[in-house]
Amino acid sequence: MSALRWAAVDGWTVTKRDIAHWGRQPTQVIVGLLFPIMMVLMFVYLLGGGMSVPGGGSYREFLLPGMFAMTMVFGVEATFAAVTIDAARGVTDRFRSMPMAPSAVVTGRCAADMLNSALGLAVLVACGLAVGWGAHRGAGPAAAAFGLLLLLRFAVLWIGIYLALVLRTPESVLALQILVWPLSFLSNALVDPRTMPDWLGTLADWNPLSATAAATRELFGNPGWGGDTWVTQHSIVMAIVWPVLLTAIFFPLSVRRYQRLSH
Amino acid sequence: MIVAEGLHKRYGPVAALAGFDLDVRAGTVCGLLGPNGAGKTTAVRILTTLLRPDQGRAEVAGFDVVRQPGQVRYRIGLVGQHAAVDEILSGRQNLVMFGRLYHLSPAAARTRADELLVRFGLDRTGNKPVKQYSGGMRRRLDLAASLILAPPVLFLDEPTAGLDPRGRTEVWEAVRSLVAGGTTVLLTTQYLDEADQLADEICVLDTGRVVAQGSPDTLKSALGGDRIDVVVPDARDLAAAATVISQVTGTEAEADVDDRRVSAAVHDRMAALTEVLRALREAGIAVQDVGLRRPTLDEVFLHLTRVPS
Repeated sequence: MSALRWAAVDGWTVTKRDIAHWGRQPTQVIVGLLFPIMMVLMFVYLLGGGMSVPGGGSYREFLLPGMFAMTMVFGVEATFAAVTIDAARGVTDRFRSMPMAPSAVVTGRCAADMLNSALGLAVLVACGLAVGWGAHRGAGPAAAAFGLLLLLRFAVLWIGIYLALVLRTPESVLALQILVWPLSFLSNALVDPRTMPDWLGTLADWNPLSATAAATRELFGNPGWGGDTWVTQHSIVMAIVWPVLLTAIFFPLSVRRYQRLSH
Repeated sequence: MIVAEGLHKRYGPVAALAGFDLDVRAGTVCGLLGPNGAGKTTAVRILTTLLRPDQGRAEVAGFDVVRQPGQVRYRIGLVGQHAAVDEILSGRQNLVMFGRLYHLSPAAARTRADELLVRFGLDRTGNKPVKQYSGGMRRRLDLAASLILAPPVLFLDEPTAGLDPRGRTEVWEAVRSLVAGGTTVLLTTQYLDEADQLADEICVLDTGRVVAQGSPDTLKSALGGDRIDVVVPDARDLAAAATVISQVTGTEAEADVDDRRVSAAVHDRMAALTEVLRALREAGIAVQDVGLRRPTLDEVFLHLTRVPS
């Protein structure tokens, strides 16, 4: 078999390992899926009454695209944890001492995380439909919206792998969690940035998460997108530019870090 | 089978290896003995293609570890300091996955997994998650995963670190049966008795280079074999006792004031015991306790670094 073929076969073997984890730990999978659902229920039924949507409209229609995008960003924790645990336990070294395709360690991780996130997104969409959210502009724009969400997840994946290779210890996931929460809330995911102090609102508008959330609102026909500034008026463009830019930065950094393991 | 010539590796200001040479013949077990930080793990990581040396060259099973890492990887097994297996999966799932990554067909990977589970006494627990395994079971699974391709060369990096005595014995037995099958083994350890139990040849490593090399017997006799400890009730007698003991054993006697103990290497265990006691009685020195024991690694070490062989 050719090297390329082995790279694909080995990558799939590594991915199947993660799928086998789901079967071994159904409770953890269910808890992982329930967490974003709980967030949706909290924001819709506990906090939603006090929320206003920019330009008017239903808060749950505004909220769900924000939750979709936020869940993609939270995926960084799963990627980070998986990579650091393998490094700490010596599994990464075992892979590297084996004649498998070196790229498979990373491509396998990548495919597993994307699958996992796609599944999480599907469950969250079902939850959204149940609480009264909907996509109103048809299948094409809705598919484009899901594509943008997964594109964001793909970019976040490389950030996760890079940080994991830099920080290395599984315990540092706590530090990551402490950072991810405020960075995710500093966006238009849950509230209109115009309700924030000016400078924070500007930061929130430029958050890659905001671009994806606003772009998917537009594509799903949900309220609350657009605005007076360039970045808020071009959210679909930015929802492509940001992930591509982040991937262009963190993909080569991750590859270099991985190769530096042998230095 | 394993050759290293002048390997150097620095981490910033620290020289992990400084001119490391090694030559392990096919079918033998070489024990790399040394304290933490001596460079044992660095040497293993270079020989298993995980790390590039700054200088020098190394060959494993006839292939250069830097220029032909792919060839080397088909011919080695590595058991590291951690049991490098997936904790969530079962033992069988681990072995099948690693078998696939060694490019066995799905059917061959399953057959090989079952064979190895039986061979390492894990067949009954093969479907349980590794999380539920004892330390010894994990190491045996780790060893099994390293043997999927029946590699001619096996690297064991402190394979019994952190194991209880029973786990250690289990791992030792597994290694012995492998060696009986002709596998070449490079083993690192901090324990003299482990090297003694398993190795045909011991290389003592200190600050990144081999400071002594030989069979366990050669090294032990270089050190003077076993040691005698004499405890005196009165610390003022220590110096006199040391002189007397040194005269009898013909080796340097070390006095420890805090423990009121004199320690010296002996060549003939029983003769030394009776001779030392008689000489001390004749010199009028009271003895509180006396005993024979194996040298500790510290003593081997002090000896070897003080008297380069």
